[in-house]
Parts: sequence; structure tokens; C-alpha cells
Amino acid sequence: MAEHRSPVDGAPLVTLYDEDLPPDNSYAFSPEDLEEDEMILNMGPQHPSTHGVLRVELKTDGEIVKDARPHIGYLHRNFEKHAENIDYQGVIPFTDRMDYVGSMGNSLAYALTVEKLLGIGVGERVAGIRVITAELQRIASHLLAMGTYGMDIGAFTPFLLCFQQRERILDLFEWLCGARLLYNYNWVGGVSHDLPEGWTDKCRRFLDEFVPVLDEVDKLLSHNKIFIRRTADIGIITPEMAKDYALSGPNLRGSGIDWDLRRDDPYLGYENYDFNIVVATSPHGPVGSCWDRYFVRVREMYESVKIVRQALDRLPAEGDVHENVPRFVRPLAGEAYCRSEAPRGELAFYIVAENKKPIPYRVKGRSPCFVAMGLFHEITRGEMIADIIAIIGSLDIVLGEIDR
Amino acid sequence: MITRFRQIEMRLMGPLTMIPIVLCLVVLGTIAALPVVATILSELVADFVPAGLQRLTIVVLGTAGFVGILALNPIYSIWLERKVAAHVQDRLGPMRVGWHGLLQSFADGMKLLFKEDLVPRDADRLLFGAAPMLAVASAFAAFAIVPWGVREDGTVLAVANLNIGVLYFIAITSLGALSVLMAGWGSNNKYALYGGMRAAAQMVSYEIPTAILVLVVVAQVGSLSIPDIVNAQAGGILGVGDWLVFQLFPLNLIAFVLFFICGLAETNRTPFDIPEAESELVAGFHTEYSGMRFAFFFLAEYGNMLLVSMLAALLFLGGWIGPFGSNPLLFFIKGFGLVVVQMWLRWTLPRLRVDQLMGICWKYVIPISFFLLVVTTVIKGLL
Repeated sequence: MAEHRSPVDGAPLVTLYDEDLPPDNSYAFSPEDLEEDEMILNMGPQHPSTHGVLRVELKTDGEIVKDARPHIGYLHRNFEKHAENIDYQGVIPFTDRMDYVGSMGNSLAYALTVEKLLGIGVGERVAGIRVITAELQRIASHLLAMGTYGMDIGAFTPFLLCFQQRERILDLFEWLCGARLLYNYNWVGGVSHDLPEGWTDKCRRFLDEFVPVLDEVDKLLSHNKIFIRRTADIGIITPEMAKDYALSGPNLRGSGIDWDLRRDDPYLGYENYDFNIVVATSPHGPVGSCWDRYFVRVREMYESVKIVRQALDRLPAEGDVHENVPRFVRPLAGEAYCRSEAPRGELAFYIVAENKKPIPYRVKGRSPCFVAMGLFHEITRGEMIADIIAIIGSLDIVLGEIDR
Repeated sequence: MITRFRQIEMRLMGPLTMIPIVLCLVVLGTIAALPVVATILSELVADFVPAGLQRLTIVVLGTAGFVGILALNPIYSIWLERKVAAHVQDRLGPMRVGWHGLLQSFADGMKLLFKEDLVPRDADRLLFGAAPMLAVASAFAAFAIVPWGVREDGTVLAVANLNIGVLYFIAITSLGALSVLMAGWGSNNKYALYGGMRAAAQMVSYEIPTAILVLVVVAQVGSLSIPDIVNAQAGGILGVGDWLVFQLFPLNLIAFVLFFICGLAETNRTPFDIPEAESELVAGFHTEYSGMRFAFFFLAEYGNMLLVSMLAALLFLGGWIGPFGSNPLLFFIKGFGLVVVQMWLRWTLPRLRVDQLMGICWKYVIPISFFLLVVTTVIKGLL
């Protein structure tokens, strides 16, 4: 067996387990433990609203959920192991497939980490383009979250209105790099393509036309009485709980904690942009409810529009986007950890490099959705079946990122 | 080799596969033409047939006409629903099959007709098979008492001019809950079971206020017969003023709105569609159904939608009475208008949770309906 030790300090990296032990099934519910009137309900992996292939095991008493156990791993694609066999640039398409509705954010986080490892920076134009694409991606991702959340609660119309706008962002991305979902756009030290001619005008026009539609959808869904009654007092994550479970992104801010990496640990020059951090004010119930998390996302879209407008205004007219792209990526032995604010929260990569090797020794992704799933059983206990759907939707998980 | 085989197969099978399609087209075409023909015939024939047989003729032709309308109802209702949804959602909806997608539902129906008839292995085959039939039967049977007009000589255009028509309506619609419960239990699927239990609870609960609100009308008019109720609403300003919904303002208006809400709940339409809540229970009680059995549930659902809308039009909106005299067309416009309102609500509102749904019924709708019943009765008694 090969030794799994860090090339940096020689510490063991992998805990090997005994393969002869029988599999441990104690995590799943056992029918023998059920009390009278209780039933095990398997929600997923094929279910219309578990947002991918999440499987939730519910112990129910009628409509009341006594206990819930999420089972993950149905979308496990071995990303981290793959990354140990591919050169640094080649990992980027794999990162795209983690959070597949927020690909720009993933590749950005990975590129930032490798750049930190190499000790290189990017030009002002590249930084501007990265901010624009990242924020557009955030809008697209939040639109999807908003639309599907409406659908989880039973309102179908906001979903299509949101998707129309999301399509327009995807069109912009397609024009930019040829892909609509998995872009491979952020490269180490640059981006794959410069902005095409006329792209910025089209982007501005999109922003102008997008805001009224967002107002309309917001009016249609967010303040609907039924919607508020369905979401405003369930799935409460108290601020203490949010901190204990290391939540991040909109889920954390939905619990009333003012924390955003774009302001608190800025990268790509985010400190120069004028925008507000959206924190839940919870007018309809206790802080940290599903409605709060949902509404943080809605308002964050307005802030992202602000950032994109500013970035478009101050984008340098000239500049080679491949200027800093290294011919070979062969870092010295070392490690790098870099975090960034992806649409779903704090997405970070940890890379261990061997000396002058073109292949990373270890790549670890810190995924916000995986962390958010950690408190799933806490906030679902005692709720009703319909609320489980509402809670999954409000956490805005993407299984590609949880399972990797 | 495979291509060659395909060609032979196509040549052999081509004409054969056409036979059921042609047959279906003929049957559907006949059904489509029936209501029109029947209505015209019942009007025409009534003058020529001897007096003793007049009623029978009208009943037979009227039944044929109404069954035709009901069989066709889901087809154009689904088209209408998809169009309403599409325009609410800023898109076009079906556009390819026929003019503006008019034949889309025919194509879909054809597809469902030819699908394999699947029964889950552990299902209760008797209940599983009987549930869709009972659903359709209850939806269709209720239409027997729905009159759609009255002739000048006082003959009511209806399958059965029952003098306790309203009571019959309440009794028959209760069967719908049974069919949903049977489907939920018979499928042997946990989601279907949940859907069935939810549906039973919901439909049984909302039947109570429905009955009370019907009583509000009955108490004011003093008759259980629907044509009498409609005739009592004749007259007034522009032929509109004496509609029940405008009498004793705003008591009857509230009663009408509540009746419509109960109708939504009884037909499992959004915001009360929890028995088939797609995002929670996959498809609720019809999770395991496919093909024609699934289509039967749709037939029943759209039949029920139309039934509730027509009843609301008859009881509160003056049925066939309107500004241009009494006219069956007016009644159909009112009925389908309310169907469109149901669709409009469905594509605008989110869904309630099951406890909130029951809360609304027992905490608000039932007390208010009782209040309305008492107050309207007292006022009528004093006048």
C-alpha cells in the first residue's frame, strides 16, 4: 500500500479503513425500531423536488416527520481522486461539474487557489471580466433557486419567468465561451476568451430589462400570503446554530449573520465595488426561517446587478486576457487554501503540490452545500412532509457539489 | 439487414396500425359532432314527435349531447389550461399540432390510449382497476341533473329534471372521494397512500361547507330543484340584477365566493391540490397510474371542474338568465368562464399545507357558512 503522506510536512493525509469489516448500516432507519403508527418514507433519489439525487429517509407519523436522514453519494464522481491524475489546468472542467448551476464560481475558486499556489496575479481586465461573469452566474444561480423554490411550494409560474431570464444569462455566456452550462472559462492566470465585441452592450441591456422582471416575480411570489404562511415559520436556523454548523453564503446571512467573503476577505478587487451585504430582516417570523433564506437570495440579485454595472463601467478597454497564463503550471512544493463567495456560499479549494510536478498531489474542495446538509436533520425534526420539501429548497443544495 | 427488416415490418404493419387510429378518429369525430347535433335535434324533433314521446326524445338526445360534451371536455379543457398557463407565463403553449395547437390534446389522448396498461405487482387489482372508473362515473353522473336551459313551453333541457337535484349533486360528488381513496390504497405505494388520505380528509371536510352553502341558496329560494332556483333569479336590472349573488348584498356574494373556494378544494385544484402535490408526493394518488387509467382521472378532474363551475353559475349567477333573455349559450359561457378562473388561480398561487387547508375549512369556511345560513334564513323569514 502506498504511503499517503503530505509532501509538505510528512503528515498522514488519508486514514485507511479496514476493508474486512462488514458494512455499517446503522445510519439508515430500521423497520424494527418503528413505533406504532410510524412509517419509513423514502424520498428520493428519484423525486421531483429533492433537487437532484438526494435521498432522504423520513420516519413519519402521518404527516408529521419524526426524524429525517439524508443519504448522499448518488452523484459521486470521484472528482478529488481524478484531480490527482490530471495536470493543474485539466482539473478546471471537473470543477465545473461540481456545482453545475454555478460553474463560473467553481472554476473561479479553483483558479484563484492555483494562482495563490503559483504566486501570480491577474490583470485588471481579467479581474473585471471575472467579477462580471461571477456575478452574472450568481444571478443565474439565484434565479434557479428562486424559481424552483416557488415550484416546491406549488407556484409554477415564477419558475418559468425566472428561467427565461436565466436563459438570457446563459446566452451571454454562450456568446462568451461557447458553452451554456459547463464553461471551462476561468483559466489559471486568465480567462479562456476575451469579451466579444458588443458583449458589454448586450449585458447592459440585459441588466436593464432584468430588474423589472425580477420586481414582478418578487411581487408575485415573495409577498404572497400563502407563500409566507408556508415558509416563514419553518426550518428555523438560529444564528448560533448557523455558526455551530459553519453555514455560509445566503444560508448564513438568512440567519441574520453579517458575513460575506466579498467584503470580509476580498478577492478580485471586490473591496472597490459599492454594494450592500444582504442580511435577513425577517419581517414575517423568527429569524432564520426558509422565507428569510429565500428572500436573501432575491435581494442579493439586485446587489449583483449593481456590481455588474460598476464592473462594466470600469472595465479597461484594452488588455490581453492570456497575459498571465503560465505556459506550464509547475509549482514548488507547498499548499494553498483559497476561499471565495460562490453563489451557494463559501467555496474553497485546498491544494497540496509536489515540487515541480505538473499534477497536484491532493485537491480538496470545501463545498457549502455539503456543510449545509449537516444540519438538515436538526431543522426537519417535527415538521410536516410538505415542509421537508420547503426546507430542502430553501437550503438551495446542488447534489453535484455535495457528492463531488 | 435491420433496415430491410424495418422496411418489411413497416410495409406490413403500416396499414394495420392505421386501423385503430382511423377507428379512434371516427369515434372521436362522432363524439365531437354529437352535442351540436343533439342539441339541434332535440329542439327540432320536439315539434314533430307526438306529445307523449317528446320528453323521452329530449332526454335521450340530451344525454347523448351531454355525454359528448363531457367526453370532449378534458380535450379542449386541457388545451385551454395549457394556453392559459402559457399566457400567464409569457410563452405560447402548444402551437404545432393543428391551428394554435388545437389538436394537441387529441394527439396526447391518442398516445395515452396506446400506452401499455401497467398494474404494479403488489397492487390490489380490483381497487386499482375500479378507482378510475368510479372517478369518471361519479363526475359524469352528477351532470345528469345539470340543466342547461329551458324551452318556452317550460320544458327543462336536462337529462333528468329532478326535484331534489341539489341533494343529488351533494350525494354523487361524495363518491369522488371514495375513488381517490381506492386509488391511493389500491396502488400499494406510500406516496399514493398519502395522496389518498389527504384527499379523503380534504374532500370530506369541504363537503360540509359546500352542503351548507347550497342550503343558503335553498333556504332563500325554497326549492331543491335547480330549474326553480334559476327561475327565481329572473328579472331585475338588465336581467342581471336579480341574480342570487347580488341579492342581500353582500351575504350572497360571500356565499358565492366560499362556494367557489369549496369547489376548488373538492376538485383538488391549486391552491388546494395537496392530494396530488407534485413537488411533495410525486403525483399523489395517481402516482402508479399510466395510460388510459391515468387519462380517466384527468377526465374526472376536468369533469369535476366543469361541474363545480356550472353549479356555481346555476346557483348564484343566474344560470341561463342574463341581459339578453334566457339562453343556454349564456349558461355555458358562465360555466366555462369560471373554469378559466380556476385555471388562472392555479397558475398564480402556491399550494397550502395540509394542516393549513384543514384549518381554513374548520376555522373559517364552516363557521362563516353557518352564519350566512342563519342570517339569510332570518332575513328571508322577516321579509
